[in-house]
Amino acid sequence: MPMIEPVVQVSPLWVVAAAVLLGILAMSGAAFNGVLARREQTGGPLPATVRTGRSAGALTPLVETARLLRQRRRSSIAADALLWRIGIGGLIVAALLMVTVIPLGRWTVADLNVGVVWFNAMDVMVWALVWMAGWGANSAHSLIGGYRFLAQALSYELPLMFALITPAVAAGSLRVGDVVAAQSSLWFIVTMPVAFLIFCASVVAFSVWGPFSSAAGSDIAGGILAEVSGVDRLLLLAGRYALLAAGAAFAVPMFLGGGAGPVLPDWAWTLVKTLLVLGVLIAVRRRLPLIRPDRLAVPAWMIVLPVVLLQILVVSLLSVRS
Amino acid sequence: MFTSIAFWLLAVIAVVSGAAVFRVDSMARATYALAVSFVAVGAILLLFDLDYVGVITILMMMMEMAIMGVFMIMFMGMNPALMPMDMVHSKKASAAVSLSVFVMLSALALLIPWPSRRGSPDGDVTAALGEALMESKMLVMLVISSILFATIVASLVLANPGGRYGQASDGAIGGKQRARHPDGGGK
Repeated sequence: MPMIEPVVQVSPLWVVAAAVLLGILAMSGAAFNGVLARREQTGGPLPATVRTGRSAGALTPLVETARLLRQRRRSSIAADALLWRIGIGGLIVAALLMVTVIPLGRWTVADLNVGVVWFNAMDVMVWALVWMAGWGANSAHSLIGGYRFLAQALSYELPLMFALITPAVAAGSLRVGDVVAAQSSLWFIVTMPVAFLIFCASVVAFSVWGPFSSAAGSDIAGGILAEVSGVDRLLLLAGRYALLAAGAAFAVPMFLGGGAGPVLPDWAWTLVKTLLVLGVLIAVRRRLPLIRPDRLAVPAWMIVLPVVLLQILVVSLLSVRS
Repeated sequence: MFTSIAFWLLAVIAVVSGAAVFRVDSMARATYALAVSFVAVGAILLLFDLDYVGVITILMMMMEMAIMGVFMIMFMGMNPALMPMDMVHSKKASAAVSLSVFVMLSALALLIPWPSRRGSPDGDVTAALGEALMESKMLVMLVISSILFATIVASLVLANPGGRYGQASDGAIGGKQRARHPDGGGK
């Protein structure tokens, strides 16, 4: 395995490239989801009556963007337009702010000495944003969606915080670059698999995705998505994919050794690993059932939280010994 | 130069959004106006190179305000929290109290003989601040904080999650675990 070079901060202008890259990753996530939906429709056991609205497959993100951009924007009576728009547009902003601290190979836009906490603060922003997206429409269904997300957040946030702290404890630093450097001999996924799994589950949860998408559940007419159409819906859906992509990208420096890998340059390895994690997170949607937030609370606090604390204990003992 | 501009900008945002809390007519907007004010204060802390304290302030305050908004709306009773409403009550008394506190605090800030800087800031400002605040009690606080957290988790684990109408996770609270039929037969 080649030696990992230290992370260097590049000019702030590269933030544009980071945004484009995040857009491409989010689009490929949406495209992969479209392919899975297409396969389910054509090859699956579904009765013919369910096969309405065929998926566009890999072209889904383009087709959906074109469709939603031409669609009229819905407004509702006495909507809190300000908070609604902040919530809808904010998800992409939160994802963009997350990727500023994620190194691509050895380049990073912002080499913050508290990069891990920065990522954490941005995912907490999502609490407020999703709730505002639910509140703003002045509609019962979307408000219930917003409340569901906060209830779910109370269950996933503490395990997520400890899952983020675990690599930082092993590296002895909150700087993402130091966490990557600390994995030069052994990737953290080996010593802290539990923290990795909890981190991935939490990314799915703060992206309102798959088993944790009850805030946008079909039982409440789409919840936070119930009243949004046109460009608003596009921003909200794109924000979810962007959050998934940013979360998957953050797993790479934290647990998967950053850009380390044979043959390919380190930036390419970062992208390959990100796409692999993103693909798994996207696919989870069709494998696991929806979890109600009120049922999530007990296992999250009774089982997951003590388990992740044990994980930190083990990692702390390992790093004290070495 | 940049620091001064950023400081004044953030200070104005913090004060204006703090005032907006009492001017807006909805609980949700009041809550998030307060959140904006706190985020601006957190960003001011970043200007002092207190990176950890600044980011953690933003994190904690966003989390707190998101939860507080729900409780504010919930405890308003009936449904006025969902309708436009006035954010102020006992106007005269509260105006007097807030004015006198403001005058007192700003007088303190202006009149106090601030010490002039000696030497240069420590490399790790966060650690220096922590040591200045805690000094010899640092180790005690470090130990206590983990014990406190373990206590919270342990008490949740030990608390009886079941009730007479079933498990709390199914939406029931209080009493015994097994549901009983009113005529005593059990089911």
